Amino acid sequence: MKLTIQVNEGPYQHQSADSAYFFARAALEKGHEIYRIFFYHDGVNNGTRLTTPPQDDRNVVERWSELAQEHDIDMVLCVAAAQRRGIVDDGEAERNGKDATNIAPGFRISGLGQLIEGGVQSDRLVVFGD
Amino acid sequence: MAEETKKFMYINRKAPYGTIYAWEALEVVLIGAAFEQDVSVTFMDDGVYQLMKGQDTSGIGMKNFSPTYAALGDFEITKIYVEKESLEERGLTLDDLQHLVWEDEDEDWAEKDSIRLVSRSELGDVLADQDVLFNF
Repeated sequence: MKLTIQVNEGPYQHQSADSAYFFARAALEKGHEIYRIFFYHDGVNNGTRLTTPPQDDRNVVERWSELAQEHDIDMVLCVAAAQRRGIVDDGEAERNGKDATNIAPGFRISGLGQLIEGGVQSDRLVVFGD
Repeated sequence: MAEETKKFMYINRKAPYGTIYAWEALEVVLIGAAFEQDVSVTFMDDGVYQLMKGQDTSGIGMKNFSPTYAALGDFEITKIYVEKESLEERGLTLDDLQHLVWEDEDEDWAEKDSIRLVSRSELGDVLADQDVLFNF
């Protein structure tokens, strides 16, 4: 089955980010395809490489990056949500005159249309959030 | 895009202010309207407050985005479900909500009500009939 996953909550504050990650891993192990993972609301905070959790805690962001690399998954941060929350890639830094970037490997920033398209193209849209 | 049309339902469950869910959900609905799917929107639980008339946000430093709901008809979003029990539990009636309408091109642009008041069990049937559920 082809899946799009939507993550609506930030890491560490909320279990949604963890649940979505474990769901994605389990789905892949069962042979399902992940068409896209779309991060919205505070979910965009899953995509900052500046995250520095304590050594004895899981690293939510690195976990996503590794998943994307291993399985070549399209992971998208909503541009409007990312701009509000200060998640920046090279293009956004240039467009908005910011002096730094913080997007983590494996993520890209794009529009809400990517979420809608995920709903159109996939057999199931699975939403993680409050 | 020559894809089949799917039934898209956007479910709004949160109060309009206090968290950003309602506002960012509205942004998804507006973007989604460009994709020519069969779109419906639901307001339930505290989400019914999003449609309240006469919202005044001047005291909280937030933009009042409630006028945007009145524009949904212009985006060809004509099916807006409001859950009856959610209104009753909060001491509200339809009169407390904005009067949302759309213009029917096939009937000489006659103005029609967009809001469909449905019971919890009727809403369950509506949701079961959808292809894609966006939950906010």
